[in-house]
Amino acid sequence: MSDATALMHLQTRAATGHAPLLPLKVRDLVLRFGEATVLDGLNLDLGPTGCTMIMGPNGSGKSLLLKLLHGLMQPSSGRIEWGGDAPEQATARQALVFQKPVLLRRSVAANIDFVLKARAKDTGGLDALLEHVGLAHKARQPARLLSGGEAQRLALARALATDPEVLFLDEPTASLDPASVLAIEEIVNEARARGVRIIFVTHDIGQARRMADDVVFLHRGRIAEHCAAAEFFPEPRSAAARDYLNGRIVV
Amino acid sequence: MQSIGEAFGLAIALVLSGDADLIEIVLLSLRVSLTATALACVIGLPIGALVAIGRFWGRSAVLIVMNALMGLPPVVVGLLVYLYLSRSGPLGFLGLLYTPTAMIIAQTILITPIVAALSRQVLEDLHAEYAEQFRSLCLTRLQTIQALLWDARYSLLTVGLAGFGRAVAEVGAVIIVGGNIDHLTRVMTTAIALETSKGDLALALALGIVLLVIALGVNAAVQSVRMTAARQAYV
Repeated sequence: MSDATALMHLQTRAATGHAPLLPLKVRDLVLRFGEATVLDGLNLDLGPTGCTMIMGPNGSGKSLLLKLLHGLMQPSSGRIEWGGDAPEQATARQALVFQKPVLLRRSVAANIDFVLKARAKDTGGLDALLEHVGLAHKARQPARLLSGGEAQRLALARALATDPEVLFLDEPTASLDPASVLAIEEIVNEARARGVRIIFVTHDIGQARRMADDVVFLHRGRIAEHCAAAEFFPEPRSAAARDYLNGRIVV
Repeated sequence: MQSIGEAFGLAIALVLSGDADLIEIVLLSLRVSLTATALACVIGLPIGALVAIGRFWGRSAVLIVMNALMGLPPVVVGLLVYLYLSRSGPLGFLGLLYTPTAMIIAQTILITPIVAALSRQVLEDLHAEYAEQFRSLCLTRLQTIQALLWDARYSLLTVGLAGFGRAVAEVGAVIIVGGNIDHLTRVMTTAIALETSKGDLALALALGIVLLVIALGVNAAVQSVRMTAARQAYV
């Protein structure tokens, strides 16, 4: 599906329900823990479709930015607007997949059923969703005995069960084998094609090249650059991003 | 007064013969303590869950009180319930003193703090793992509590067991509010106390053996359920 069709899909959704969540506006966002400033005056605009990759060295504030955008944390100052709404008002229309999937002590199917019931959604689509992520044959098995890749696919399925307009992914494929990584990417790409806005944190440069429409590069709590992937990978403008892509340590 | 050897022999014979008095006492004990445990869970688990996920002013004080109440002396609980239920007490009109209901009330008061305090710890640990995911899913407080109680079900079995163990083994509260009346409020622990003071060690020992077997049996059952659950990573 092209971006134009994805956009149309979003507009249809907007017409049937709430105002659209995007564009996202971040203005002068600051996050401090005591004396330490971990995010320092971020400004960011994201358009309605596609996949934004947030990259940067460890400790640059990527995961914290994701949590702020999702409304799980409060910034020290600055503001975040999802189509004019505060992040806390947008949380329910978004989903976040964590690096380490948090699975309930129940069966695979019950993990999804739980979310569908909590959101008062029709549970009829459960089997199709499990089929979609390749876990239909494990529906009755305990979720916490799944392999790393399967567990992350279940976490992704559970996130998609909420029918999110924005899907945040916080290094979902860290420590997974290549086949599992591709399986996750395929599911994410399908969601994106359906019009779900993807905001993805990764350290995997290959993955970023495969998936990104645009890249936000964080360095020392600031946005070192934000540009289209086609520009970023061949010729990063910031010295920090150049060093990072070349495998040199950036602190 | 029999020798220990004789007493053991008679006790085992009593247990094996299925003595009617013995069975009556055992059944009443189980009825009182299991009912008290169920009530304590109905009251104590939601309290434990609310304190586990709540962040409110004075929470530390609540925790201290909850933990301190775990050590309530049974005789004190018995005395307080007695004062409320006695003819001149505020609830005297109910006519509950010296009935199994009074014993259930006393044991429920005794073990509810145990269930609440232990479940609070279990649920708080689980919530630490789930909290961020649950906030991302925008769960209500009620949905969070329901999910925590269900996902901690096997650990909470052990909490219930701790409460039951305390209830079935205590003598101080039930003897004050129950009165140890034959065929009405005589339970295992009060019967053991009475028979020992009378010198009828055989019946006392027989009841002691049954009490131990029940304790072992319930523990073994809970342990095996937990092990099955652990194999499925549900604990």
